[in-house]
Amino acid sequence: MEWVELIVFSLLFLLVTVMGFVAARWRAAASLDHLDEWGLGGRKFGSWITWFLIGGDLYTAYTFVAVPALLFGAGATGFFALPYTIIAYPLVFLPILRMWSVSRARGYVTPADFVRGRYDSPLLALVVAVTGIVATMPYIALQLVGLEAVLRSMGFNGAGFLGHLPLLIAFVILALYTYQSGLRAPALIAFVKDILIYLVILVAVIYLPAKLGGWDAIFGAAQEKFAASEAPADGILLNANNQLQYATLALGSALALFLYPHSITGVLASRGRDVLKRNMSALPAYSLLLGLLALLGFVAIAAGTKPIVNNATGRPDNNTIVPELFNGQFPSWFAGIAFAAIGIGALVPAAIMSIAAANLWTRNVYKEFLHKDATHAQEAKQAKVASLVVKFGAVAFILFIDPQYAIDLQLIGGVIILQTLPAVAIALYTRWLHRWALLAGWLVGMTWGMVLLYGIPNPASGRAHFGGSALALDKLNLFGWQPFEGSTVQIYVGFVALLANLLVAVVGTLIVRRLNVSNGQDGTTDADYHVDEGDEDLRPIAAAH
Amino acid sequence: MTSDKPERRVSGLVFNPWNLLLIAPFIVLFTPLYNRTEPRLLGLPFFYWFQLAVIIVGVLSTVIVYRMTRSHPVAPPPGEEPGVDELDEGSVR
Repeated sequence: MEWVELIVFSLLFLLVTVMGFVAARWRAAASLDHLDEWGLGGRKFGSWITWFLIGGDLYTAYTFVAVPALLFGAGATGFFALPYTIIAYPLVFLPILRMWSVSRARGYVTPADFVRGRYDSPLLALVVAVTGIVATMPYIALQLVGLEAVLRSMGFNGAGFLGHLPLLIAFVILALYTYQSGLRAPALIAFVKDILIYLVILVAVIYLPAKLGGWDAIFGAAQEKFAASEAPADGILLNANNQLQYATLALGSALALFLYPHSITGVLASRGRDVLKRNMSALPAYSLLLGLLALLGFVAIAAGTKPIVNNATGRPDNNTIVPELFNGQFPSWFAGIAFAAIGIGALVPAAIMSIAAANLWTRNVYKEFLHKDATHAQEAKQAKVASLVVKFGAVAFILFIDPQYAIDLQLIGGVIILQTLPAVAIALYTRWLHRWALLAGWLVGMTWGMVLLYGIPNPASGRAHFGGSALALDKLNLFGWQPFEGSTVQIYVGFVALLANLLVAVVGTLIVRRLNVSNGQDGTTDADYHVDEGDEDLRPIAAAH
Repeated sequence: MTSDKPERRVSGLVFNPWNLLLIAPFIVLFTPLYNRTEPRLLGLPFFYWFQLAVIIVGVLSTVIVYRMTRSHPVAPPPGEEPGVDELDEGSVR
């Protein structure tokens, strides 16, 4: 047991726990009994709070342990996380403003609310909501994987249920203050999390290379390791086969990023369009951090760090590589701070994700189908309870099922959330795509994406299915027609599935329009997409209707 | 599609040529451009420091588009980031 680390970690954890409960009263409205308040923090966060909130939301603990682990294991391909986050903000700069405005004008809380209003289709909204919940659940479970990697490095590496106990305690605390304070809790805690993360990473990328002989020596060690390994695809550069995969994975992930319900929650909680525009320029600061952090995977190679064996699964866990690096290279007290940064870094997104999933459940399933005339207080209550269910579902996932499934599901999650792009993102601009064609496109994209993922083996881990998201073009098979037979070039599955989805949606629209099937009533107006804070006759926040 | 005089309330699709700048950062998707080790910077291979450098392109593109497409001023005076002491700015309005 690493006592100094543990004490520092516990103190910081205690601090954020107190903050989490106090947050309920932070800039509070008269009552939290409305989803605008509990689920969106009153829709009034300014530039700084939004920066910390969205930053804390998107750059999760799992990212912070998994991306360096990828570089540690495979080299350059893991660096895709950087181009992904570079293009994400310019990509969503314009659509996200329309999403904010229309949601502000109409009181939408979730992306599915928007689809419901835009297409007058509870079914399409349900499909978007369920896709969002299914994609988010394993993501929450992955935050636990990140938290557990840290706890195991501090000595809590027990087997069976006892090994998971510290994790369970941390999550019960998180569940309680999220229940009480709603989105205000992660917004406030994000300040602590991000300041700690910035501190740790900056120290790490300056101190460690100096200690290990500079970046030259670090990359030399990495090159040596990859040259000696048997895997053909690793190395400090990309090869001819994985460049397309690298670019399409970055693009696909960037397209998916703001389709995730928790990202939308962070966006809708902001005060106005200017806050968002400023943040699109300020959020890349986190990308810089992520890029530097990713390089710690190579630093770990040079430092000779070994991943620890997870006693619950009996396998070496690459995700422990960054915690172990800190353990070996930093004095105990600083390692404690670093672990707290990663640990708290797991709590912020887990809270926002569970709130986002709870909002989806409440607005698009409960209110739509189960209790049509629920009052706003009943909605808020329902969402609070749903957030508990979602979190304990994630814990159960880790406790009773192999965490590897959480990683598989997260992989699937990225592919399936991308299938909501036509119904959510394109619908922000045009209603040309027909609602029934959107459903058909979604179905095709989901099914085909799943089939393709199932067929991808991973020779490195000896798995026959769900071995990754890189599809060899050779495997593309359209009813027996193989357009790229023999090609070993790889592409991101989600990208292929999205193209199929779009194609079906377009062709389907042309057909359905011929048949004169109703496309529903548009519940939004052109002006809704340009609404901004300070406008006259703006819908009041937490409006009664 | 848009009226020739900017109304207080805009509607429809508003296109501004400055928006095209948002495409610039996508250069980072063209891997053949930078998939090599030389020239190095501080010991970092080109592959890594080039992509880190594109972060700046991304920031510049969004900053310029924000500045150049501002139609009507919103209080607080835009442009300057509010200081840390104004963190609770939202609560006063």
